[in-house]
Amino acid sequence: MIEVIWHGRGGQGAFTAARLLGAAWCAEDGRYALAFPSFGPERRGAPMRAFTKLSTAPVGDRSASARGNVVVYLDETLFAPGFEAELASGGTVLVNSERAFDDARVHVIDANGISQAVLGRAIPNTALLAALLPLVPGLSRESLVAAVRSNMPARLQDKNIAVIDTVLAAREGEAL
Amino acid sequence: MSEKKFLSGDEAFAEGVRLARPQVISAYPITPQTVVVERLSEMVERGDLDADYLHVESEHSALSAAIGAAAAGARAFTATSSQGLLYMAECLTYAAGGRFPIVMMNANRSTCLPWNIYGDQRDSLSLLDHGWIQVYAENAQEALDLALMAYRLGEDARVRTPVMVCLDGFALTHTYETVDVPSPAEADAFLPPYETSNRFDFEHPVSIGYTAGPAYNRYYKQREHLDMLAAAQVVDEVEGEFARTIGRAYPGVVDAWHCEDAEEIVVTLGSIAGEVRDVASRLRAAGRKVGVLRIRYLRPLPGPEIVAAVSGARAVAVLEKDVSFGAEGTVFTNVNSALHRAGCPVPTRNFIGGLGGDDITEGQVMQIFDALHQVAGSDAARVPDVTFLNIADQGGER
Repeated sequence: MIEVIWHGRGGQGAFTAARLLGAAWCAEDGRYALAFPSFGPERRGAPMRAFTKLSTAPVGDRSASARGNVVVYLDETLFAPGFEAELASGGTVLVNSERAFDDARVHVIDANGISQAVLGRAIPNTALLAALLPLVPGLSRESLVAAVRSNMPARLQDKNIAVIDTVLAAREGEAL
Repeated sequence: MSEKKFLSGDEAFAEGVRLARPQVISAYPITPQTVVVERLSEMVERGDLDADYLHVESEHSALSAAIGAAAAGARAFTATSSQGLLYMAECLTYAAGGRFPIVMMNANRSTCLPWNIYGDQRDSLSLLDHGWIQVYAENAQEALDLALMAYRLGEDARVRTPVMVCLDGFALTHTYETVDVPSPAEADAFLPPYETSNRFDFEHPVSIGYTAGPAYNRYYKQREHLDMLAAAQVVDEVEGEFARTIGRAYPGVVDAWHCEDAEEIVVTLGSIAGEVRDVASRLRAAGRKVGVLRIRYLRPLPGPEIVAAVSGARAVAVLEKDVSFGAEGTVFTNVNSALHRAGCPVPTRNFIGGLGGDDITEGQVMQIFDALHQVAGSDAARVPDVTFLNIADQGGER
């Protein structure tokens, strides 16, 4: 099982990203996922968590993940020393940030900058979702796009797919 | 053609209700049920569902309106949770005694005080005796399918009893997973329109909602009881028809996992069953003969099925998210009654957890299986009858 923990603030779309990841994973038959927010009242700006569990068998444990194979921070201010406690062994971290961190486990992407440029608003969730592509095996651009098409309101779909393509194009450039 | 979607339990249930084509929906929102009635109101607004949608002023009114609709011969739906369900309690017996086969979704949530919006099963389990069939879903797919099956079951002429479909608050209502949504044509092939003579009808007038004094009352109450018992057999027939038309099979009033040769069995209900099976399958892989019995229908009480599943075991635990204060867990009482009536001597223990949304961890489930191992061995006296999970001090002497 691959467990992804999302840290964000209310309004950044962390749970939407958690849901889209689960839907994208399940694009292929024989795959199972659970996606859920940390339960309770929601407030814009308040720290919140969301979880996505990905597996090739039905997932029985509906509890919050204690450790993530990937831990995503939609807000850099939530990424703090001690983050290792929530990281599974061999796990990776993805932070929405303009700067690099001196830690091989920590990947960064300027999701605010990308979403500001493409959407006109700093809603970093789909940029981070796209940046998971090399970190979570078994995902593809097609599955992410299909998840956006099935699970986001029609008026947001094209712009968010453009965000995904912007991230993937930039990553391809880096790889070259 | 069915369609695969990534939905929460609440959303999946709303899809099931849409496919069941209720003519009247009356509802009052309460967390964690709210999403169901929001989705249904959107479906009615968009024209995806042709129903009269009544946004009433309270849960008492929600069920009262559903009863009125059912008395007019309509297929009716409502949904609630926790204090809302308790507020409807008076109306529950009207619906059951009036033999109105309303379907209600209950999002299982703690009851106050202290105030708490999270999941446990105190709400519905405290109302087992009000004449409603009670069924507990494990996942979003089963929730959707139960929305359809509940109508077919409750409306069956041999049953004519309202059905409460229970979904664990948040763990099921707010968790997203892949769900196969049947097409309207598939659903229509499974569930015919509601036909009944138990309704207001100028052509064939009948008396509805009447008085029955001491001379007759017992006949009505015995009939309610016998028809509810008969529902257990009808569940099998309804599920057979569901498998034939929709293509998904269900195992009847209980869901037994590796109980045939199991020495230690955990009996539970609702969405925690998946986690218990996960732990049990790891123990099986390590050579332990363990099993899991998920109670799907708690009313009618699946006594014979419980006995058949656990009578060969050496120790049985009942894991539930409620307590009947001053007694024990309500499911424990029911399971013990079934075993006692059958003369089944297997020792049982009660584990109460998940109260007010507390997490039941895999480690705790492992501790339950380990306690059962003690009960099956020579240390039975060291495991108390009732254990509260995740509390160090188990309290008094009794």
